[in-house]
Amino acid sequence: MKIMSRLKLFIPLICFLILAVFLYRGLELDPQELPSAMVDRSLPEFSLPQLSVQTIDISRADVVGSASLFNVWATWCIACRVEHPYLHKLKQLGVIIYGINYKDNKADALQWLEQRGDPYRLTIADVEGSLGLDLGVYGAPETYLVDSLGVIRYRHVGIVDERVWTSILQPQYQQLLDAESESLEEDTKL
Amino acid sequence: MIPELGNMALALAVCIAVAQSVLPLWGSFVGSRQLMRLGYPLALAMFVFVSIAMVCLAHAFLTDDFSVAIVAAGSNSLLPTVYKFSALWGGHEGSMLLWIWILALWTLAVALFSSELPLDVLARVLSVMAMIAVGFLLFSLLTSNPFARLLPVFPAEGKDLNPLLQDPGLVIHPPMLYIGYVGFSVAFAFAIAALIGGRMDVTWARWSRPWTNLAWGFLTMGIMLGSWWAYYELGWGGWWFWDPVENASFMPWLAGTALIHSLAVTEKRGLFKSWTLLLAIFAFSLSLLGTFLVRSGVLTSVHAFATDPSRGIFILIFLGLVVGGSLTLYAFRAPSVKSSIGFHWLSRETFLLINNAIFLAATLTVLVGTLFPLIMDSLGQGKYSVGAPYFNAVFVPLMALLVPFMGIGPTARWKKDRAQRWKLLLVPVAAALLMGLLFPLLYSEVYHPLVAVAVILALWLVFSLLTDIKEKTGNAANLWAGLSRRTPSYYGMVLAHLGFAVTLLGVCLSSHYSIERDVKMMPGESYQLAKLNFNFNGTRRVNGPNFVADEGEFEISEGGSSYILLPQKRRYKSQMGSVMTEAAISSGIFRHVYVALGEPLEDGAWAVRLYYKPFVSWIWYGAVFMAAGALMTVFDRRYRKLKA
Amino acid sequence: MILAVIKRVALILLCLTASAQVLAAIDHHTFEDENLRQRYLSLVKELRCPKCQNQNIADSNSPISNDLREQVYLQLKAGNSDQQIISYMVERYGQFIVYRPPLKGKTLILWMAPVMFLLIGLACIVFLVRRPTESNSVAVSNTGTSQRIKELLNEEEQS
Repeated sequence: MKIMSRLKLFIPLICFLILAVFLYRGLELDPQELPSAMVDRSLPEFSLPQLSVQTIDISRADVVGSASLFNVWATWCIACRVEHPYLHKLKQLGVIIYGINYKDNKADALQWLEQRGDPYRLTIADVEGSLGLDLGVYGAPETYLVDSLGVIRYRHVGIVDERVWTSILQPQYQQLLDAESESLEEDTKL
Repeated sequence: MIPELGNMALALAVCIAVAQSVLPLWGSFVGSRQLMRLGYPLALAMFVFVSIAMVCLAHAFLTDDFSVAIVAAGSNSLLPTVYKFSALWGGHEGSMLLWIWILALWTLAVALFSSELPLDVLARVLSVMAMIAVGFLLFSLLTSNPFARLLPVFPAEGKDLNPLLQDPGLVIHPPMLYIGYVGFSVAFAFAIAALIGGRMDVTWARWSRPWTNLAWGFLTMGIMLGSWWAYYELGWGGWWFWDPVENASFMPWLAGTALIHSLAVTEKRGLFKSWTLLLAIFAFSLSLLGTFLVRSGVLTSVHAFATDPSRGIFILIFLGLVVGGSLTLYAFRAPSVKSSIGFHWLSRETFLLINNAIFLAATLTVLVGTLFPLIMDSLGQGKYSVGAPYFNAVFVPLMALLVPFMGIGPTARWKKDRAQRWKLLLVPVAAALLMGLLFPLLYSEVYHPLVAVAVILALWLVFSLLTDIKEKTGNAANLWAGLSRRTPSYYGMVLAHLGFAVTLLGVCLSSHYSIERDVKMMPGESYQLAKLNFNFNGTRRVNGPNFVADEGEFEISEGGSSYILLPQKRRYKSQMGSVMTEAAISSGIFRHVYVALGEPLEDGAWAVRLYYKPFVSWIWYGAVFMAAGALMTVFDRRYRKLKA
Repeated sequence: MILAVIKRVALILLCLTASAQVLAAIDHHTFEDENLRQRYLSLVKELRCPKCQNQNIADSNSPISNDLREQVYLQLKAGNSDQQIISYMVERYGQFIVYRPPLKGKTLILWMAPVMFLLIGLACIVFLVRRPTESNSVAVSNTGTSQRIKELLNEEEQS
C-alpha cells in the first residue's frame, strides 16, 4: 500500500510532462495560421463583372477548366504591390492566374494594373466582397490553387514569392497538371 | 554609458544569485551557520544590483536615449514623462526586468522579516528563490536584454508607446500583477524548503500563510486593475474577455485561493500537508506557465508581447527544470497521505475541502480551455477557438456552487460540528431567499430569475457573515469587547468574503441590467436611453500633448440633474499614427454612464455608443475588499510571535 | 529563424488597411425588433475575427469584421436562425471562427471536463471523509482514560 500511495504522488509530475510535450509542439506551430475551410470543396458559384470590360459578367464556368491560381488583390493592399512582379514571372512560366479584385475601386484598380502590368487572364471585380466571403477570404493578398474541375486545393495567405512558389505552390500545381494530362490521355484513348 | 552600467549590474546580479542559490543551501546541509547566514546579505546585494539596472533603464527612457533598442521601439520624445517611465515595462524586455526586480524585492523581504525562522529553513527558502532569479536573469541577459543597443546608427525618434498603454492603468497594473504573480514564489520556496529539509510539521504552513495571503492580495488587485483598465480604455465596456493572457493571470489566482484556504487547514489542524505542498507548487507553476504562454507565441492574444520561438524554448526549459524538478522532489519526499484523517464530515475541514475541489476544478477548466486550441492543433485535429461563450458557461455555475458552502464554512467548527448549531443560519437563508426573490421584481419590469439567484447567493453570504460575527461576539460583556477579541485574520476573512459577494452582485447585475446602444447622431440630436436623455452638442478639435482629437460634447439629463461627458477620438502624432477612442464615463457607485465616439459619418453625423451600466463598479470594489481582507490577515499577531 | 519571424510580422502589418487600427467597432444597425437586436449582439460576440489577435467581430474594427457583422445583420433580417448563421460562417472560415466549441464530436470532452474535475474532487472528499478513523470512534465512545489520552494526543498533534 505504501508503494501505491507513493506512486500516486507521481501523478502531478506525469501530467506536467505530458503538458510540456504539448507546449513544445506548440512552439513549432503558428496559432495565427488559418487553413482554408474551402479546401477540397468546389469553387463557389458567382456572377460578377469583369474588371476591364464592365458590361460582361463572369461566372464560375468562365474560370474553371484547368489548374489555375486565383489571386485576391486590391489597390489598398501594400503587400500586393510587393507580390505583383512575381505574378508576372508566373505568367511567363505559363501559369494561369485569375485576379479577384477584392473590395476595391474599379477605376483605381484599372489604373493600378495599367501602371504595373496585368498578369491575370481575367480579373473579377468583387467590389462588395461577396465572392471573397464565400471563399473565406479575410485579407489581401491571398492565393487559391484550383484544379481543372474547379475544386479548391490550397490557399496561401500572404505574398507569393520565389520561396512560396517553389516550396509550397509549385509542387501541388504540378501534381494537378499531371493529373489533368493523365485524364486527358485516358479521354483520348477511349 | 549608463545602459552599459545597467547591463553590468545585471551580470553581477546573476553571479550573486548563483552564489545565493548554492551557498546557503549547501550550508543548510552541512550545518555551517556562516554559509547559511549569507542568505540575507546576498539577497540584499542582488536587490541592490537589480535596482541599479532598473534605474539605468529608467534613465534611458526618461532621457529619450533612442540608442537603446527598447526605448526606440516603445517610447517617444512627445510622450508625457510618467508614460516614459512606465514604458519601461510596456514591452517584453523591460517587463522581464520588472519581474526580476520584484522577485529580488520579495526575496529581500523574506530575508528581512523572518527573524523567527530557523536559520536552515530561511537559508533554503532564500536559495530556492535565488534559483528562480538565476533562471530569469539568464533569460533576460541571454535572450531579452533590455540594454541592447542600436549602435552605431540609431533613430532620432522613437516609435512611441502604444496609445492604449498611455494611461494610468499601465503605470500601476503590471507592477501590482507581478507583485502577486511573483509573490507566489515565496509559498513555493517554503514548500520546497520543507520538502528538502524533511521538516513537514505545521509551522511551515504558519510561516507561509502571511506571505501567501499578501501575494494573493496583490494579485487580486493586479487583475482587478487590468479589468478596470480594459473597461474604460478599450471603448466597448467589456471588463473580462477570457483572453489567454488574462487566463494566465487568473489561473494562479484560482489556485492561490485554494492554497490560502488549504493552508488554513494545514496550519490549524495539521491535515492535508501533502496536498497543500502540492498546491503551493501548483500555484507558482501556473505563474511560470503564464509567463511562458504570454511570451512564447504559442497562443494568440491581444496582450501578447512580441515573441520569438527561441525565447519560448528557454522559458520552456526553465519551466521544465523548475516545475519538473519540484514535482519530482514532491513525488519522492512528500509525506504519504495518512490513512487516518481525523475529522467528521460535518466540520469546517469538509467545507474547506469543498472550496479546494471547486477552485481546483475551476483552475483546471480554465487551463484546459486555454490550451485546448494548442492541443488540438498539435494533434493535427484542426484549428479551434475557445472563448468567452465557453468559459462563461462553465465558470459561472462553478462559482455559484461555491457560495452556499461559503456561508456555512466560517461558522462551522473544526473537526466536528453538530448540525443543530447550524440552525442559526436558517434566518440568513430565509432573509436572503425572500429579499433575493423580490429584488428583480422591484428593480425592473422584466424579471430575470438569474438575478434572483445571484442576489440570494450574495445576500446569503452577507447575512451568514453577520450571523457568524454575532455568534462569535455573543458571549462578551458588550459588543465592542466582543468585536475587539476577534483577530485581524478573522476580519480579513469577513472582508474578503464580503468582497466576493459584492463582486458577484456587480457581475450579475451589470450583465443583466446593462443597456447598450450604437446610434447615429447628428449634432443637436437627442437620444433617450432608459431614464437618461443624451443630448449631442457636436464636436470640436482639441490638442493633447502627443495627439489631436475630436471631442464630442454630450449633455446628459438623469433624474433631476444633468452633466456633461466629453468622449474623444484621438489621432496620435507619432509614427504609429493610431486612432483611438477615449470613452467618457460618469462613474457612480450604483451606475456608470458611458459614451464613446465611433466613426464620423457622412453629413456630419457620428456613430456613437451609449451605455448605461448599473452596479458595474461593484465588480472592482468587491475585488478591492478581497485584496484588503487578504492584506489585513498579514497583520495578525500570531504571525509575529512565532516560536521555532 | 528570427528573420523569418520578422518577415512574417512585417507581411501581416503590410496587409493592414491604410486606416489605422481603431478600437471600438461602433456601427449603427437599426433593429425594429428587440429580440433581433439581442440575437445580433450575442452572435457578434460569438464569432471570431479571422485575422485579429483574438477578438470577436463585435470588438474588432478590421474590414473583415465589419463585413462579417454586416452579413450577420443581413441574415438576421432575412429571417435566418442563429444556427444557420453560424453554419454559414463555419462553412467558409472553419471551426476557428466560432468561440463556442460545438457540443459534439471532438469538443465534447471540453464541455465534460469541468464536470469531470468537479466529480473527481468531490469523490476525493467523500473518500477522505468516509474512512473510519480513530477520531470518529472517539466520538462514539464516551468514557475511559484511553479515550482521554487519545484526545490529548490529537490536540498535541495540532498545536
